[in-house]
This record gives sequence, C-alpha cells and structure tokens, in this order.
Amino acid sequence: MNFLKKLATAAAVSSLVLGASIVQADSKEPIIIPTHNWTSQITMAYVIGGIFESIGDNVSYVPADSQAVYESVRNGDITIANEIWQSTFGKSFNNALDAGGIIDVGNHAAVTKEEWWYPAYVGKLCPGLPSWKALNDCSALFATAGSGGKGRYLDGPMDWHGQETLDRIKALNMNFTAKFAGSSGAIWAELASAKKDNRAVVVFNWSPNFTDAGTGGSFVEFPPYTEGCKIADGGDGKCGSPPAGWLKKAAYYQMPKKWPTAYKIFNNISFTKGQIGNMAALVDVDGLSHQEAAKKWLADNEAVWKRWL
Amino acid sequence: MQYFTNHKWVQFIALVAIFFVLVMAIDPTSGSNLWRLQENIFWHLPNILNDGLKYLINDFWVVNVYDIELDLTEKSTIIKEFTHSISGAVLFCINLIRELLLGGVKTVVTFTSWDFVSDNEWARIPALPWTAVASGAFLLGHYLGGRKLSMLAGTSIIYIAVFGQWTPAMQTLSFVLVAVPLSVFIGLVMGIFAYKSKVFESILTPLLNVAQSMPHFSYLIPVVVFFGIGDHAGAISTVIFATPPMIRLTILGLKKVSPEVLEAGLMSGCNPRQLMFKVLIPTARHDILIGVNQVIMQCLAMAVIASFIGAKGLGYNLLVSLNMLNIGAALELGVSIVLIAIVLDKLSLAWANKQTNYFANLPFHLHYKYSLAFIGILIATSVLAYSASVFFPDKPNYLYIISKAQGLTTQSFWDTIVDWIITNTYQSVQSFNFFMTASILMPIKAAYLSMPVAATLFLVAGIGYLVGGLRSAIVVTMFIGFIALTPWWDRALITAYMVTFSVVTSVIIGCSVGVLCSRNPRATKVILLVCDTFQTFPSFVYLIPVIMLFGVSDLSVLIAVIVYATIPATRYTVEGLRNVPQPLQEAASMSGLNQIQRLLHVELPLAFPHIMLGINQTVIFSLFMVIIGAFIGTDDLGQLIMQSLSKANGMGQGILLGLCVAFIGLAVDHLIHTWSNQRKKALGIA
Repeated sequence: MNFLKKLATAAAVSSLVLGASIVQADSKEPIIIPTHNWTSQITMAYVIGGIFESIGDNVSYVPADSQAVYESVRNGDITIANEIWQSTFGKSFNNALDAGGIIDVGNHAAVTKEEWWYPAYVGKLCPGLPSWKALNDCSALFATAGSGGKGRYLDGPMDWHGQETLDRIKALNMNFTAKFAGSSGAIWAELASAKKDNRAVVVFNWSPNFTDAGTGGSFVEFPPYTEGCKIADGGDGKCGSPPAGWLKKAAYYQMPKKWPTAYKIFNNISFTKGQIGNMAALVDVDGLSHQEAAKKWLADNEAVWKRWL
Repeated sequence: MQYFTNHKWVQFIALVAIFFVLVMAIDPTSGSNLWRLQENIFWHLPNILNDGLKYLINDFWVVNVYDIELDLTEKSTIIKEFTHSISGAVLFCINLIRELLLGGVKTVVTFTSWDFVSDNEWARIPALPWTAVASGAFLLGHYLGGRKLSMLAGTSIIYIAVFGQWTPAMQTLSFVLVAVPLSVFIGLVMGIFAYKSKVFESILTPLLNVAQSMPHFSYLIPVVVFFGIGDHAGAISTVIFATPPMIRLTILGLKKVSPEVLEAGLMSGCNPRQLMFKVLIPTARHDILIGVNQVIMQCLAMAVIASFIGAKGLGYNLLVSLNMLNIGAALELGVSIVLIAIVLDKLSLAWANKQTNYFANLPFHLHYKYSLAFIGILIATSVLAYSASVFFPDKPNYLYIISKAQGLTTQSFWDTIVDWIITNTYQSVQSFNFFMTASILMPIKAAYLSMPVAATLFLVAGIGYLVGGLRSAIVVTMFIGFIALTPWWDRALITAYMVTFSVVTSVIIGCSVGVLCSRNPRATKVILLVCDTFQTFPSFVYLIPVIMLFGVSDLSVLIAVIVYATIPATRYTVEGLRNVPQPLQEAASMSGLNQIQRLLHVELPLAFPHIMLGINQTVIFSLFMVIIGAFIGTDDLGQLIMQSLSKANGMGQGILLGLCVAFIGLAVDHLIHTWSNQRKKALGIA
C-alpha cells in the first residue's frame, strides 16, 4: 500500500516537473458529499456527485444533520456542502467560517425567498391576502387551541430566525402568536392536515421548494425590506424578509489542492430556481428515487452541466 | 407528636403544605434568588466545557502528521490521531460486512489505494444475491434453533427483500453487526472488572447512570468532533448508548452466582481465568443474555438517531420518508427494523444456549453439513442470478437484488388509512384538543412555571428525606440544585410538566392493561410480544401522524410520549403479577378470597416493588421521548438541545443540557429505587 502511494507521489511529482502547464490530477480518494433530509438537497447531492464521477473522480455520500454538517466540513470528514440557505443555516455556516477550515465557494444562481406563506385555498378564506394587513384582519381564522384567541403563525425551529419573527409581530402590532415547529417535517405535516380539512394556516416556507409545484400558494406581503430595517440591525422592525436571499456552496479548505479539477467545476456549478425545483419534482411528483432522479436530470440536462466542466 | 413521627403520610402532607406556603410567600416579581437563581459562575460552564473539549481535540499535545498524497506536513493532536484510528478500525469492520453483503471497493482500498481500485475494475467485492442471504438465514436458523427459528429468520429476510428494502436493510444490518458485538464485548469486560474491583464499580456506577439517562442528541456533536461523521460515528454513539445495560446485567449476573458454585470451581482446581470463563460466566448466563437482548434492542432503537451523524440505512430512509410525509413508507421501514431486531435477538439467544455435542464423532460431510449446504446454495443462487442477467439483460434482475421501485409496497394502503382517520375524526379530535389544551395542559404548565427554586428544592429535599433519610435528601437535592444553578430552570420545569403528565397517564393506562392481561396466560404472551415490538419500533414514526391530528402543540408531543412510555409500565406490571409465587396465590385462594380480593390484597402488593421499577422505566422513557418531541416543536430543554446542534458553543451546551435531563431522571430513579428496595425487604422478597 505504501509502495503504491509512493509510486503515485513520484508520478505526481514527475508530472509537475515535466510540465507546469499540466494541471495536477484529482486525487482518487472519494469526494464526500452530505445528504440531508429534504428532496432538492439529496437529489442535487447525487447530481453533483454524478458530475464529479463523469470526470473520473470517486464520490461517496454520507447522511448528515443539516445544522451539524458544517463542523464536519471544517474537519474534512465531508468535502462539500451544496445547499446553504441564508436564513436557516446562515448562522451555523458563519460560525464554521469563523472557526476556519471551510471555504465559501460562492452562490447558486437561484435566489431564495423565505417568508410567511399560505396555501392557495387560504386566499379564498381570507380575501385581501397576500397583504399582511388583510392577514391580520382575518387573524381569528388562524386561531388554534394553544394560541389564546390570537392567530397562530407556525414558524420554523426557534434557532432559524425566531427572534426576528417575534420582533416583527410586535413591531407591526399583529394579532398573532408564533409557534415554533421543531423541524421542517412538522410544518409539512401541519400543512397536509390543514389542506384535508380546508383550514386556514400560515406557515414559514421558502422557495424554491416542493410547495412551488401543484396548486401552490403565496407569500404574505409585508412592508418591503430595506437595508438595516430589522431590529437586530437597529431598525424599527416593520419590514419583511429580504426579497432575494443567497443559496451558497461551501467546501473543505483542502479541496482545491486535493481535487483541483473537481473544485474548479464545483466553483462553476450554479443551479437556477427552475432547475432545483425540477430536481425536487422528479422525486416528489414523479416518484423516482433520489438516485434515479439525479441520473435522469443529468441525462436530460447535459447542455447545462457540460458547460461547467 | 408521636403520631406525626410514626406516620409518614402525615409528614408528607405537612411537607406539601409548607411547600405551598413557600410558593405563595416568594414573590416572582422580586427577582430574588429564592424565585430563580440569578446569573452566577455556573452560567459560564457551557463555554468552559466547550473550550476545554476543543482544546483537547485541537491543541493538546500537538504532533506532526505527514500527508503523502498532498506532500505536506500537517499539525494534528495525539487525541485526534487516537480517536481517528478507532474510527478507522470501526469503519473498516462495518465496510467489510457491508461489502460482503452488498459489494463495494472500500475493503480492497484499505489494502491497496483508491488509485489502484480506480484503475482496476475487477478489484471489488461482488454483492451476494439476496436469495443466497435468505437461504443462509434459513440454514442458520435451523442450525441454531430448529425449524421454528429457521422460518422466522428466513421469512423476515424474504420480507425485507420483497419489499425492496434490501440495500438500506443490509446497511443497517452491517452497522448493527459491528455495534452489537462491540457493546457486548465492552460490557462484559467492564462488568467483569467491576465485579472484581469494588473501587472500579463505585466509579462506574454513576457514569452508567448518567449514560443511560442522557438524551442521545446531547452527545451527537461531541462524537462528531472527536470521531468524525459517518457510519462509524453512528456506531460509536450507539455503543455509548447500548453498553450500560450490558455492564449492569453482567455485574448483576456475576454477583448472583451462589458461593457453592464458586467453591466447587475452586475445589476442581480452576485458576482465576478458568474460574471466570468456565464457571462464573456460564452460571451467570441468564442475566448476561438479557443484557445481550437489551443491547440488540437499544442498537436498533438508535438506528434513526445514528443517521443524524452519518449512519446509512433504514433509519436514514425512515427520516427522509417522514419528512416527505410518506407515512406508509416509514411504517414499512420501521417494520424492517423490528424484524432485524427480533431475528438477531432470537438467533443470539439460540446460539448462546446451544449445547456443544462432545460425543458426536461424525464424518466430515455430516459434521459440516450446514456449511456445505450454504456453499452449495451460494453457488447455485449466484449462477441463477448471473444467468438471469445474461438471458434478460434489459429486465431488472429479481434474483439478484430487488430495488425500491420494483419491490412490493403497502404504502398507499397505509396512506389511505391515515387520510381516512384525519378527514373523519378531525372535528371530534379538535374539540378534544381544545379542551385538553385550554382546560388541562395550559393550567398545569402555568402551575409548574410558578414554582420558585427555593420552594422546589425544599420539597425535593423533604421527599428525599421521607423516602430514604438524610442520604437520599442530599442526593436528590444535589441533582435538582444543579439544574437550578443553570440558566435553564424554566425550561426544566416545562420538561417536568410534560414528563409528569405523560407518566401519570402512561402508568394509569399501562397498569390497567397489564392487570387485565395478566389474568390470562395467552393475553400475557400477546401483550409481551406487543411490548417488545413497540419498544424497537422507531418512535419517530409517531411524530408525523400526531401532528396531522393535533397540530404542532404540546398535546401532540404528549400523545407521542404516552404511546411510547406506556410500554414499560405495561410490561413490568405483567411481569410483576406473573412472578407472584404460586404457593402464596393458592394460600390466598384457600383462605377464601375471590379473584378480585386476591388481586387487590395479595398479588398487587407483592408485585408492587416490581411495578415501581416499571414506573421508573416509564419516567426514563418519557424523558427520552419528550426530548425527541422537540422535532414537533416544544419550548423545553429538548428545544435547546436541538439548537445546540447549530451553536458555536454547542458541544458544551448540549452536554450540560443532557446532564440536566439526566439529573431529573436520576433523582426520580433514586427515590423509586430506594423506596422499592425498602418495600421488598419489608415483604421479604428482596
């Protein structure tokens, strides 16, 4: 084993000597890609893995918690992170950036929107939506057992952006309380159950997401976001979320050295909102497995990803 | 006065009365230390612990490590190198077993390199056809336990294959086949050491207590930091969780060995090693095997949680299906997990109980008939699978592997049922939801939150003193006092409210069901089987359906907790009643007691200490499940534990929060154990 490794090193060194113009080849060690628990991320992980495999690199996948994953990228146990959402994972990602060991590999073309959202049928129950004032007037429709007569807004987990939600409700003097779901799964379950019953709900949601497909729904329109309008940034808090959040990629700091070609490609990779939605729909709507969906996407969109090589 | 000192219940009432006076007297608005302890030095503990652990892994004893491939020298630490070599060894074992079952290259890579495997297509382990593994399971079952076991093992494997869960199930199996032997081995060794050395035992016991009652989520991040992410990290956190019961039961079993047996061994001239392995362990086999059973159950119960830190397999797929609200798929995956648990449990039991036949002097082909048969089947199934792929190259090869898309499924059936329940019961459920939340849960929660620190500590110390004297008073006050010193007192009170409510409900349901079922031997058998199944069934599956019915609310969490925590209450009631000595029952009948009188005056009092242990387990189960309830959405300690996954000082915070949860459990555990032991002594059944 040692002998072979030495041989490989010798080969690598000699190739460097022979011609500086020849880019050093990627290591054959597998690039490790994490899979979380939502469709678009898993499918995109297999798509990116497929692209790396097409240039002869080895790839392996590992399930990981979406908040804990950055610590592993920092340590090199995982090589890349492919979907970092601004408002949900921004904090964990920035913590890891501060600690060092992880590099920011730029944004996807897709801009993200993360805001209060309601399914289409709720628009009929509360005419006047998507304005937040209309929502506030219908607050009684959104009351639940635990909300004490006020409307209930089902937010994501407290650590995503909980304080901001509470600030906004207070600043706009809304007749709503926020309930923090423990996981995205909890939000989808509540949505599915409300739909069967034609019950009004307003939840935290984002786009691109699988909810974009089908009958869909709309985001509530709050007073527009301006730089520094949030209470945390010194503003009065009377504003919605930024209209275009980033969706980032990140990598282990040694990736450029160890897999230079793959790193260059990863740097070029940039999915649009439509492409991400399309990947998710192959699984959520067409019922393919994540791997099959990735294969199909790669086959159908060669023109797109061949550009990045 | 005499009356007061002689009657504990009078003292108890006095204690509660003083508690309420204190609650009234302490003013919440004063902001004094009597109401909530103010910020103190302990609040820095999460950061200190976090920095300490970070220092240990990143800066303590730095060594230089040379990376051949990148040709550069990197700084590392001795601890990191040590933990990473453990990870490497565990990962190698998992990959070896996995690739024998599913095929792959990683084992070959260990002995060569990635470059070598990439250049040589042939250098990989081929996957076994599922038919070979299924026939292997039939054979193994037959060899170890006869026809019944053979049917169980074989049909379970066929179920898994036919339902298209082959790959994830074998991934889980390979992970379990490493975690279980590792836990059993470590448990046995530690148990033996603890048996031999009193000092070691007294150090080990508190650690075991904490490890067993700490929620798993609180040590996920430390495991990731020290051992990395992947199947090995999952296996290591599983071992941490599954080893304590094995150690406990080993110590228990060894201590129970009667002195006569020990002396007989000594008289036969055993040296210490022979005494341990030929006399003590075989005699203590019964308890040690219960330990193995517990290890297997715990390992599979961890399958879902281990997937948070990289374990592939059924657990991860289950999590993904749940997130997509695919309840039917999640149920099927859950059933596979239970099947693997049951088959492994029965096989290991049969293996341990199998007697070696010393007198058999068989010819080669009879002696090795099972191995020979397996080799035969292996060749036959491989040839079949291969020829199928040659003759029908375009069709999916059902004889080799059945993928998810080709497998059978009952998903739509389950989804229809869930649909039906939601659409048809929603209205009635909703009024129940309103009633429970507004009239019962919210007031209880408010009452708990109005408990001042000083009054609560007084109450806890008083109960400790009444139950077990001064020593117990000090122990439980220290447990609860620790929580009071942290910034999380209010959170802990919310956890306590949820646990109290669910324990009371679970105990009422569990004990009634247990008493009813214990009247009839067949019902007893059925209910114990149900308990076994539900204990291994991944509790995550309940989370989504309860949200669909009750929304994201405390009630949802509590119902999920009650479903899970009723299991031990039922099981221990049934076992306790079943183990009431027959002569006593007959004596009671002869004294002219009817069925009901016998139950109330003889059986229940005698079974009571055992039932109390069941209640103890109910408390631990509820604590675990309340923490998992954070996935639905709670505002207790569990929510903070989940948050610590993303925080900069998350490691320290997670561990300390875990300790807070563990200490609630341990305080209750201490009280119940002390009391139950006293009762046992008084009843003469210790």
